[in-house]
Amino acid sequence: MESSEEHRHIVGYGQLAVVLALLLALTGVTVAVSYIDLGFLNVPAALTIATLKAALVLLFFMHLRYEGPIIRYGFITTVMFLAIMIGFTFWDVAFR
Amino acid sequence: MTTAQSYLEHSSPPGRRGWKAWLLTHDHKRLGLMYLWAILFWFVLAVLLGLLMRTELMGAGRTIMGAETYSSMFTLHGVIMIFFFGIPAIPAIFGNFFLPIQLGADDVFFPRLNLLSWYLFMFGGGFAIFSLFFGDGFPDTGWTFYVPFSISSAGNVSLTVTAAFILGMSSMLTGLNFVTTFHRLRHKGMGLMKIPLFTWSLYATAWVQILATPVIAITFVLVVLERLLAIGLFEPDRGGDPLLYQHLFWMYSHPAVYIIILPAMGVISEIIPVFSRKAIFGYKGIVYSSLAIAIAGSLVWAHHMYTSGMSDVSVFVFSLLTFLVAVPSAVKVFSWVSTMYRGSIAMSPPFFLSLCFIYLFTVGGLTGLVLGAAGTDIHVHDTHFVVAHFHFVMLGGTGFAFFAALHYWWPKMFGVLYRNRPAYVGAVAAAVGFVFHFVPMLILGMQGMPRRYYDYLPQYETGNFLAGFGAYLLVFGLLLMLLNLVLSLRGRRTAPANPWGGTTLEWTVPSPPPVENFTATPEIKDFPYDFSEIVANSKK
Ligand code: HEM
Repeated sequence: MESSEEHRHIVGYGQLAVVLALLLALTGVTVAVSYIDLGFLNVPAALTIATLKAALVLLFFMHLRYEGPIIRYGFITTVMFLAIMIGFTFWDVAFR
Repeated sequence: MTTAQSYLEHSSPPGRRGWKAWLLTHDHKRLGLMYLWAILFWFVLAVLLGLLMRTELMGAGRTIMGAETYSSMFTLHGVIMIFFFGIPAIPAIFGNFFLPIQLGADDVFFPRLNLLSWYLFMFGGGFAIFSLFFGDGFPDTGWTFYVPFSISSAGNVSLTVTAAFILGMSSMLTGLNFVTTFHRLRHKGMGLMKIPLFTWSLYATAWVQILATPVIAITFVLVVLERLLAIGLFEPDRGGDPLLYQHLFWMYSHPAVYIIILPAMGVISEIIPVFSRKAIFGYKGIVYSSLAIAIAGSLVWAHHMYTSGMSDVSVFVFSLLTFLVAVPSAVKVFSWVSTMYRGSIAMSPPFFLSLCFIYLFTVGGLTGLVLGAAGTDIHVHDTHFVVAHFHFVMLGGTGFAFFAALHYWWPKMFGVLYRNRPAYVGAVAAAVGFVFHFVPMLILGMQGMPRRYYDYLPQYETGNFLAGFGAYLLVFGLLLMLLNLVLSLRGRRTAPANPWGGTTLEWTVPSPPPVENFTATPEIKDFPYDFSEIVANSKK
């Protein structure tokens, strides 16, 4: 059963600074990678880095890491739902 | 316990009087009533539009309106029935009123947000009316707003889809409120398998509302952008893809039909055991099937597009998935029927309407299989067969469940009893009229009569003429039931706390309930449908 009392988690400045630095570094990587021609992998590489960055923002800045199971599952469901929506549409486009 | 003042006499927050006690209320029950009156207004309006269309179709050629008016009529009828009645009716009225009580809570988790949802609903409604009289004329695209016609139509499509956009926000906020209330305000003693089935169905629905509504909201924004700026997303001559619109539209609108039917199934799951004096058969099966319908129902949207030119792989996959949804729906029907088996049946208007639901919904479901199979769908696609099919589900299903819910909970909501005889007469007229209206439409559709036309070939005349009588009888029945309920408010035959012998928490509080629902801590049963006490008391 889920508990009803509020638990707040305060993230220290140090940790936030590390995350910020990581985000900036990854932005640098995105720019750097864009100068190298990876052929088919161009798009997957850019998307992987972007996903990593989004994950950092969600986990630390938006506190998903410290939330209870409902919020986490709620979030994961939402992402899966979106993935299915896009994925199933591609059955049409890819095989038309 | 009865010393507490009812929510009708006491405002929440306390001290508000007159119109302020209503328009600024935080009370989920008052909001439920406010939705009730607003939604009834829209429902009656759309029913009358339906009747006008039917009257037009009774004779070949132009009878009372021409092609353009007919196009606007079915658009308005469809838009109102879906966005103003089907989607909000059961969650916003009965969900708001009873979900917190069934969970043992004193209100929803975000009462102010609840009020905001109501204002958004009213604002969306005002906007829709505004869109009719200002701009370039009535929208005439059908409720589906398919491109490219919705981009080029001269009708006032932009404002109408904006109204639907606003209603979408209202619906999402209600869903959010229900999910949060379910998790955070549920009585401590109420484990997941002790929750009444109506509340379970609303919970499953609420997730669909939260997840699917943004898709339609974005799609409508894109349609407006296409109309205003011609950005070329959906227009082939600008490199766009009209099928993309259909995907996006049905990604929401197919789950929306489950938003419409799931709460209705929840209502039936409450009523059947009460009047069979018997625990519901397969409680867990019903809970899981609600969740399964919510999930699987979100994966079948493209079965509306078999003939649209989509890839064969998609047609195959979506057809297969569609057949999967039939399984949990059938689980429910079997559970209801098994609940009645060897029960001690007490006939009443809500029970009678629930029986009509089971029958009509089942026909709707079975005709759905004809449409779900890609081969047969090609024959009946876009004919009156489809129109009859979804009326079996939405009017025969949700409509009858809505009336069943009204008759079941009316004594609790207002504290008055209504007269049974007019209710039975109305229900029988509606059911017989329904069959007379929609069975000819199934046949006409199979013979090839297309939907959305004000006129037809001579061979379709007899069927259409008959269906017209059905429609008049149906509408008579529906209005009679409503009138009977409204008149009961004057008679003041006071209702006891538990007139039907129900076992869920709303029947343990006085009718109408006190402002904060419970004056003492509610007692949570191990199983919500345990009738042993009720049966023992009735034997005394
Ligand atoms: C007394 C009740 C009703 C009557 C007499 C009625 C009648 C009709 C008729 C004659 C049409 C047009 C068929 C055509 O030419 O294509 C229609 C369309 C439609 N109806 Fe109903 N109906 C009723 C109730 C409902 C309910 C309760 C719902 C949904 C909750 C509903 C939803 C729709 C929709 C979505 C359409 C399609 C509109 C379009 O093509 O864009 N109707 N109805």
